[in-house]
Amino acid sequence: MAKLVTDVVCPFCGTLCDDLEVGVSDDGTKILEVYNACAIGAEKFLHSQAKDRVTRPRMKQEDGSWKEISYDEAVEYTATTLAAARKPLMYGWSSTNCEAQAIGTEIGEMVGAVMDNTATVCHGTTLIAVQDVGVPSCTLGEILNRADRIVFWGCNPAHAHPRHMSRYSIFPRGFFTGKGAKGRKMVVVDPRVTDTAKTADIHLQVEQGRDYELLTALRVAFKGEWLPDTVAGIPKKTIYEVADIMKSGRFGIIFFGMGVTQSLSKNHNIDQAICVTRDLNEYTKWNIMPMRGHYNVTGSGEVWGWLHGFPFALDLSRGFARYNPGDTTSNDLLVRDEVDAVFVIGSDPGAHFPNSSVKKIWDLPSICIDPHLTPTTAVCKLHVPVAFVGVETGGCAYRMDNVPIECRKVVDPPEGMLTDLEFLERVTARVRELKGA
Amino acid sequence: MATVTLKPIKVPDLRLEADNIKPDAFAGKKAAEIADLHVYCGNSQYPLGEFFEVAGEGGATAAETEVVIDGDVSRVKYIGMKMTAGSVLVKGNADMYVGAWMEGGTITVNGDTDAFAGMGMTGGEINVLGNAGNYLGAAYRGDWRGMQGGVIRVAGDAGSDIGTFMRGGEIIVNGNVDVHVGTHQEGGTIIVKGDAKSKVGGQMVEGEIYVFGDIEVMMPGFQHIGDVDVAVDGVSGRFACYKGDMGERHPRRKGETIYGKLYLKY
Ligand code: SF4
Repeated sequence: MAKLVTDVVCPFCGTLCDDLEVGVSDDGTKILEVYNACAIGAEKFLHSQAKDRVTRPRMKQEDGSWKEISYDEAVEYTATTLAAARKPLMYGWSSTNCEAQAIGTEIGEMVGAVMDNTATVCHGTTLIAVQDVGVPSCTLGEILNRADRIVFWGCNPAHAHPRHMSRYSIFPRGFFTGKGAKGRKMVVVDPRVTDTAKTADIHLQVEQGRDYELLTALRVAFKGEWLPDTVAGIPKKTIYEVADIMKSGRFGIIFFGMGVTQSLSKNHNIDQAICVTRDLNEYTKWNIMPMRGHYNVTGSGEVWGWLHGFPFALDLSRGFARYNPGDTTSNDLLVRDEVDAVFVIGSDPGAHFPNSSVKKIWDLPSICIDPHLTPTTAVCKLHVPVAFVGVETGGCAYRMDNVPIECRKVVDPPEGMLTDLEFLERVTARVRELKGA
Repeated sequence: MATVTLKPIKVPDLRLEADNIKPDAFAGKKAAEIADLHVYCGNSQYPLGEFFEVAGEGGATAAETEVVIDGDVSRVKYIGMKMTAGSVLVKGNADMYVGAWMEGGTITVNGDTDAFAGMGMTGGEINVLGNAGNYLGAAYRGDWRGMQGGVIRVAGDAGSDIGTFMRGGEIIVNGNVDVHVGTHQEGGTIIVKGDAKSKVGGQMVEGEIYVFGDIEVMMPGFQHIGDVDVAVDGVSGRFACYKGDMGERHPRRKGETIYGKLYLKY
């Protein structure tokens, strides 16, 4: 008989589902079955069971081969590299827990690093907009129980956040939403006919890169002002109709994703979408929420927010916090040759950054902390495998609506493996010695 | 006017942060003292003299001090940041933040400037003889006050996001500009003598934008209210006048609603 671990939190996407059940072998070492998770969530748990998993740090040799080294040696290389650098980049932080993020920031403070997380290529533009114009938001629970107008703008939860629509936004019946999907009007704005768009009541097939114009047109329509015949490929009649649908709801929410945060206009799209939300609050109750990707990218913004006041692109090189996306963001720093060492944890810039940036990582002293083998581990000089957070160790993570949730440990990591936190604690101690801090 | 000449002698491997390169910091100092001022490369501090050969000396005050950078400083940030008087001449390209938060004096860059030039400036004059980067005369992140006074002239093209949150002063670009001109603008004048791409005047509250060439895609929040004959920076002509952004809030003064004005040259 297998044991069943209940109320497990899924450490994959920003939906951070907390209702998983995992079947574990009697001796508590193997994961046999994952219940309630979507396919990508289940895969994350099962992946930790891979037979060919790397369980010890590896150092790249002159000839390109890898040599297994001890954790002690890995700590030494990491600490000396960071301590010797004049402007190290410490990037990632989105697939690890807040405890590791906090101690990692301590290292960043001691060595004068630039700390950046995956928001830099994702929702960083959202954070810029929020700082510029504020944000009216709510929790996913409120949406489940109250929302009758749902807008998905430039995001595709059917594939990127598979349980989002069934758990919170479209299908569930809540306290004031007894009719479930029937009582909700769903609008999708996307240039592509995605699987999310196919389930919508209204799909606005906006012209690529014209979201800012369409958002502006909605604000003009709320005020009943004149509009050109079409805006962003959408007839003005439809825009006035959608404006009325939005105004007539009891409780509305705009969810948005990388289709608007990383396309033309970037932060301005979100800035304007927030202003749309603000305008709608003249008529009824509306909110806006980013569909955060990595399960704890939100947490890294929270941790840096409370430690240094800025949620990403945090430059600590001069001993105080500075922040200016465009200058202190990872890709700008890499392509402009502004950093002299790279430390990556809990993310995969090798897969997500432009080639010109990845080449720079290849050229620099570089360290990658990651349980998986990834394109990033391939370009870095040192790969430190660690236990899976949320599977083999617990810790705090923040859901996309800024709700902190404590992850659960389900099984032990392979014998002798360290967690992110344990490894970083040892690096911190060594950096402190080196810096005399 | 006393002149201090800085000759670049070493290209910084990382970028240099040199907020001390301004008449205010050089005034009243001899060459050796100026060479002793600090600059930063990442977390490390160096004397200015490690990267520049310093000749001449500062005047009694900033206003009597001229700084000449005799070479390329495309890897040096913050030149003329927060300067209040005097002048700076860069005989090559300069990196980010040229004249950011500048209050007075003149900066001339013979080459190009990177992003954030004239950010949040309140007075003085910046002349860029080459091209300017993004965020020219814009606001610092999170600030609702972009450029508030002074003049920025660019002989070539400028990048995106020029004059974001601008509240006063004048930006004149002889060439073309990229997307987002005067976003959230709430005062001041932007003149683009070439073409603009799109997102011109989005979320504009008040102020003026003139475009001599074409705008590829107009913002939907602007309404044509008539034509006017005006002289703009020495060029007179007939302009179509639009008011907007109609989706944005607008103040009322003397019983009248104030809009942003966008002028397109015929
Ligand atoms: S929706 Fe996201 S958090 Fe929920 S099970 Fe799937 S991957 Fe995990």
